[in-house]
Amino acid sequence: MLSKRIIACLDVRDGKVVKGVNFEGLREAGDPAELARRYNVEGIDEIVILDVTATVEARQARAHTIAAVAHEIFLPLTVGGGIHSEADAEAAIEAGADKVSLNTAALRTPELITRLAKRYGSQAVIVAIDAKRGAPPAPHQAAPYNVFARSGQSATTRDAIEWAREATERGAGEILLTSIDRDGTKAGFDCEMTAAVSDAVNIPVIASGGAGTFEHFAEVFREGRADAALAASIFHFNEKSVSDLKQYLSTLSIPVRI
Amino acid sequence: MIALVDYGAGNLTSVRKALAAIGASVWTPVAPVELGRADGMIVPGVGHFDATRGLTKEWRTAIKAAVAGGTPLLGICVGLQWLFEGSVEAPDVQGFGMFKGSCSLFTFPVNDRQKVPHVGWNSLSMPRASKLMAGIAPGTQVYFTHSYAAPVIDDTAAICEYGVPFSAAVERDNVAAMQFHPEKSGPAGLQMLSNWLSGTDVK
Repeated sequence: MLSKRIIACLDVRDGKVVKGVNFEGLREAGDPAELARRYNVEGIDEIVILDVTATVEARQARAHTIAAVAHEIFLPLTVGGGIHSEADAEAAIEAGADKVSLNTAALRTPELITRLAKRYGSQAVIVAIDAKRGAPPAPHQAAPYNVFARSGQSATTRDAIEWAREATERGAGEILLTSIDRDGTKAGFDCEMTAAVSDAVNIPVIASGGAGTFEHFAEVFREGRADAALAASIFHFNEKSVSDLKQYLSTLSIPVRI
Repeated sequence: MIALVDYGAGNLTSVRKALAAIGASVWTPVAPVELGRADGMIVPGVGHFDATRGLTKEWRTAIKAAVAGGTPLLGICVGLQWLFEGSVEAPDVQGFGMFKGSCSLFTFPVNDRQKVPHVGWNSLSMPRASKLMAGIAPGTQVYFTHSYAAPVIDDTAAICEYGVPFSAAVERDNVAAMQFHPEKSGPAGLQMLSNWLSGTDVK
């Protein structure tokens, strides 16, 4: 049976892992390669590196970080943040990434999804969607899931469900769905939003934002119908171990790789 | 030396890194004639079956000759699919035809919640003993990412199930292949690559 994946996210700035709350107030959490090594030993299924302040000048530094992490693990490695062009994707993949995650660039230039999917295969293209709940347009109507660009800085006119569908049609292989409302809060994943997106597309959905307890993971796999769950804070600061989490999920008969 | 055949289908960095980790020396031949001196050949691949067009007649002839001469051949991911007769993903592209059957898209009943592509860690069962799977316990999980799959045949060395059972690994004489990514499957994947390497003449 296909396992539910547990993914550790390394938010990297200037070569160091950082973590904030609601996309703000970053604090340092260590060296990317060291953390990757630890997670690998603990049984993480996948690692994502997000370069949270990537700039053109940072491209070389990013390649260095990717290579250092790739050196530590024989697991799927995704790189996101600052992937704005085919050249950026190529540099990340050459440095050792298996997949790239597109966010702002995909919103700006949706054709980039298709171009990269044609070149590297859909399995190498993740579309990351950062969404925040908006006010319902009218009483008794569902609240929209507003999509934001530029690390949560810029509002767009997109809705997460509609955008996930379009990204899938354009060739995305997975959706990485982050709840801005829950990011870093440890209040639990937004299961309702995750389920809505997961039901709308036929590709895997990775839930992100809000992991605080083991129960939150069980909820997002069951109620959120997520195929994978991504977390940062609860692993980085040694609050919870990946292996304990997997043991817990396994006792609930949620399929995981142990 | 192991020849890693680069036909322009994606990235070879991680395969190269995994082979280095188990002590194999690898080179990427630029001309088919170089395969004559390979101790083993690997045909990797990610993405679309159509990319195997890059394995031109010259490459196919050289690979076939080396296999006939006893050189071990390993296919990975699309490299496994290519060893079959073809794939509905690119019906006009012929497979290598080492194994019987053709690859098809995962299709499920409408109400089935399984998604395509099949991405993630899934478990293996072994229908028989093989060199590739020596020492690998049934139930071992490995990393898959694909939408098309090869049928279970007599040469199947490992079976995985995603809605339907399919060939996760095949092996016959000196030809073997894996649908999953051993280079992305942690210690188990490295063990399988080592198993394959120990069947080559590489010192």
